[in-house]
Amino acid sequence: MSGSGDPALLQKISDATYNAVRNSEIYLPDDVKDRLLCARNTESSPVAKQELENILENIRLAEERLAPLCQDTGIPVIYVTIPPGLSWTREMEEAVHAGIRAATTKVPLRPNLVDPLSRENTGTNTGLMMPPVHVTTGERFTITALPKGAGSENVSRIRMMNPSEKDRIVKFVVETMLKAGGRPCPPVILGVGIGGTFDVAASLAKEALLEPVSCMSSYEQDICDKVNLLGIGPMGLGGDTTCLAVKVKTAGCHTASLPVAVNIQCWAARRASEEVII
Amino acid sequence: MKHLKTPLGDEILDLKAGDVVTLSGTVYTARDEAHMRIQEEGFPFNPDGAVIYHCGPVISDNRIVVAGPTTSARMNKLTGFMLDAGVRGLIGKGGMSAQVRNELKGRAVYFAFTGGCANLAAACMTLTGVHYKDLGMAEAVWEIKLDKLPLTVAMDAHGGDLFAVVDEHAHEVFQGMYPTSTTEI
Repeated sequence: MSGSGDPALLQKISDATYNAVRNSEIYLPDDVKDRLLCARNTESSPVAKQELENILENIRLAEERLAPLCQDTGIPVIYVTIPPGLSWTREMEEAVHAGIRAATTKVPLRPNLVDPLSRENTGTNTGLMMPPVHVTTGERFTITALPKGAGSENVSRIRMMNPSEKDRIVKFVVETMLKAGGRPCPPVILGVGIGGTFDVAASLAKEALLEPVSCMSSYEQDICDKVNLLGIGPMGLGGDTTCLAVKVKTAGCHTASLPVAVNIQCWAARRASEEVII
Repeated sequence: MKHLKTPLGDEILDLKAGDVVTLSGTVYTARDEAHMRIQEEGFPFNPDGAVIYHCGPVISDNRIVVAGPTTSARMNKLTGFMLDAGVRGLIGKGGMSAQVRNELKGRAVYFAFTGGCANLAAACMTLTGVHYKDLGMAEAVWEIKLDKLPLTVAMDAHGGDLFAVVDEHAHEVFQGMYPTSTTEI
């Protein structure tokens, strides 16, 4: 096994990041495609059916043209699992950012990262402590990219509820989608984080978007059904398909707290993983 | 399905919110900056029967790479003068305000194009010209020839507005689901 400062390892990390980001931008995961196909087949509104047809055709064309699915290529949020015997270093984080810069030039991606106040664009999708790199331990060394566009991110919500409001969590999630309407480019996937602290709830909501959408718990299915009853439909034009899936993640919280976060994801639910072979 | 061609004429008065159509011919991209420039300096193209596409495309080597729609609501207050000048069609995503709904009456329609479908749009397009290149790639006015772009009539020329109907229905369903709620969570 190579050491953590090994230039060859750093290059592998950079290459794996480039591949994860590139693949996530061009190819939609199969489980998301399956949900969209299923929605197209069961949708009863002709307008909604046409919107879903357009989405499916766009997915096919992105693969054929090797171009990003959407012009908002997002901020690539990065998740790393690192195996026992290796420790995460600043050089490794820099290697991840080098991979993002390479993807920005070569795919190409739209440079989206700006200073929050001056609004000056860094031009590389890196810098100013971004994009975030979340590291956990795991069996294998993997790098996962989750590019997140602004349309769906901008209508996401977090609320510090009272412990007595536990039964109103579902209402809060449904209401979040009611307020969002067509703005997050539905059909959406809802990542819900319950518990933790203020920041942990938001992280859980985003991590929930990494989960496969092929299955749901009864709690998740109940929220999904309620959201679909709103009839917002693809792009807010009405229809049966507003939400493809709901994924919930929980963590322990303070006895006096009940943080709840909802991270909305547009239909272009992009994510891809790449293994770093060491 | 109706197949429309630019420049648009009185045939658009027959369209109803909810109709699915295709559009062929020339469209002009315009976002916030282009609207403001046109308002100040006049049109760099003939607005009579013209169609405006709310879009900031990615162009490389005079080729359209991707060209999905942007949020039309940002142009709510910049649309009236365009319609007064003869523009008869708008394309974008997310719909527009009640004010625009009124301004469309008797003369123009708003088409919704599927958000995120940047490749589908690009596959129906040929780049034919550009105005205001100094505004940058996203904000310039790109003259584009369309070949049967699939669109939904979301706001018609008679006050019909699919987004408003859907939004009202969603609020009614929510009230029915949570009837006792008096305060917003």
